[in-house]
This record gives sequence, structure tokens and C-alpha cells, in this order.
Amino acid sequence: MPNNSMILSSRRAFLGKTGKTLSATALAMVVGGNIRSATATTTDASQDIKILNAAIALEHEGIAAYQIAATSGLLDPAVVDIGVTFQGHHKGHRDVLVKAVEMLGGTPAEEKSLGAYAQELKASTLKNQADVLRLALALETGAANAYLGLIPSLGPDYHQVAAQMAGDEAFHAAILANALGQPIPKAALMFG
Amino acid sequence: MKTPLYVIVLFCAVLISGSALAKDAINSIGMDKTQVTSQGDSVPPYVVSEKLVGVGEKLYKRRCGGCHSLDNNRIGPRHRDVYGRKAGVVANFKYSKALKNLDVIWTDETLNDWLVNPTAFAKGTSMGFRLGKTNERNAIIEYLKSLSSAPGFSAGVK
Repeated sequence: MPNNSMILSSRRAFLGKTGKTLSATALAMVVGGNIRSATATTTDASQDIKILNAAIALEHEGIAAYQIAATSGLLDPAVVDIGVTFQGHHKGHRDVLVKAVEMLGGTPAEEKSLGAYAQELKASTLKNQADVLRLALALETGAANAYLGLIPSLGPDYHQVAAQMAGDEAFHAAILANALGQPIPKAALMFG
Repeated sequence: MKTPLYVIVLFCAVLISGSALAKDAINSIGMDKTQVTSQGDSVPPYVVSEKLVGVGEKLYKRRCGGCHSLDNNRIGPRHRDVYGRKAGVVANFKYSKALKNLDVIWTDETLNDWLVNPTAFAKGTSMGFRLGKTNERNAIIEYLKSLSSAPGFSAGVK
């Protein structure tokens, strides 16, 4: 199902342009003032770059997963719309992370081909909408936990933005679990 | 000098009782213990707790599934057969220098230390995820162990 908002081909050009023009101040505004400046106060910038790049790789995969899902022909149009919205959130995460890595002097992790993601995620095994939703739920749950688990390893400048992203992933997971008819968990502290 | 007969008898008795004690010790680990069959005669099979493996499987999906799969490299390398394997050797996965240069075999102890604080274990790694709860680490390591029947397996390893 074609959808202009999901076409990824122009993403790199867009990022390249914005990456050159966005100031540290603007970036701080984007992430709520949590990433302070190019000379961040983190104790180990090279370690932060490594971890943030792993997070970028995670977001690349999430964006690709929703792309694969949206074009699979397995989803109802209303579900596609929700998936497109979630994909937009992941693009927002990626953009913030890319800028953070660049500000630290690193090179952001590049995305793989859509075919590579499809193979890694075993997309060929998806046969219906429920299969797609289950995969999305697994990825979102894993992503929420991944962000929460990496916070202690990141420099303090990135704690809040990682927590914000974990919150978004948890939100996605809740919607997807509801769509699958899963019961609300009884116990508190569902993630992390 | 001849060894007195009573010394020989006593020695044999100690051996027999020692063997019985060892068997009891294994049994006392729990009814849910089972052996994972090795795929190679020269490879000792791992003993795992089925109950813990079940818990570990669920936890693995939630805690590790964001970045890892058993059979495909994703954000992180695939995990099947990770237990008993040298760090940083899965084919077609682009490791950080930290992992490439890490001279470690993944065991209960090394996996535990890694999951407690990966950046302290291998400074410069891309994995920042820490698993703080001991019981969760134990269960996930047990699960990974159950999937690793052949330490040092060769297929797909550099």
C-alpha cells in the first residue's frame, strides 16, 4: 500500500541537510534540553557514541519493520494508519539519536536494506494481521526494555532522552497488546 | 611394606560412599534437572534446569528480544550456541573492537559479569544494556545454555 509518509528514499538527504544546519541549541530544544552541547558533560563520549549507535540501529530496524508491515498487504487500512504513526515516532527517535552522535563527533550507524531487515525478522513467516501485530509487540516490548536497560551505561546527558524513548516504545507496546486482545498485566513495573 | 587389609577395605568404602554422595548431590539439585544432549561425542553435555529454562525463555524475549534473536544477527549477534563459545566470533556480524579483542569464553560467570555491566566488562562495546536482577540473569543464562549443546561449535563461527 503506497504511502508517501513512509517512503524512506529521501531520508538520508533530509538528514544530511538538517544535520549540517541544526545548532546545538536547536537540538537541545528538540530533546527537551537534555543534550547540552557539542562538548557534552559525559564522562566517556566514545562509549556513548557506541551505545547511541546501537540505539540508532534499533530505530532503523523499527522503521523498517513498520515499512514491511505496511506494505505486506496483511493489515487493515486503519491498522496501517496506526503503524505509520508509530513509524513516525521511530523516525523521530532516530533523528534525535543521529544528531546526538554527530554532536559527540561520531558517525551515525547506517540503515541496512529493507530486504536484510525482512530476512532478519523472518517477515516471510508473517501470514496475517495477528502475526504482524505479534512481531510488532515483541519488537516494541524489547525496545522499551532495551532503552531502560542501557540508561545506566549512558552518560547522564542522555538518560532522560533514553527514558523518553522507552516511554514511547512502551506506549506502542500497550496499544499493540490491546489490539491483540491481551489482558492488562496485573503486576506493576511492567518494563525494565 | 604391605598395606594392611583393613586400610584397603576402608579406602574402598570411602570410594563407594563418595560416589553415592555425589549421586545424592546431583539428585538434590532438583527434579527438574535434565541434560542437554551434546551433538558431538567429545563435547560434555550441559546440565540445565527445565524450570529455569522456561523462565529464561520468557525473559529472554522481553529483555533481549529488542536487539537479539537466536538464529539471526540483528542489532546484536545471534545467540544460539553462545554458551561455551568465544566472544566476538559469530560470522557476518560486525563487532566492536572491544568484543573482537575480548579473549573470553561465554560461561555462567562471564555471561553474568557481562550482563551486570557490559561496558565495564568490555570497554567500548556497543551493548549498554544492563540486567540488574540476579535471578533474571541466572534464568536467561540457563536458557542460553540450554540452546548451546556444543561449546566451540564450528558452524558459522570464524
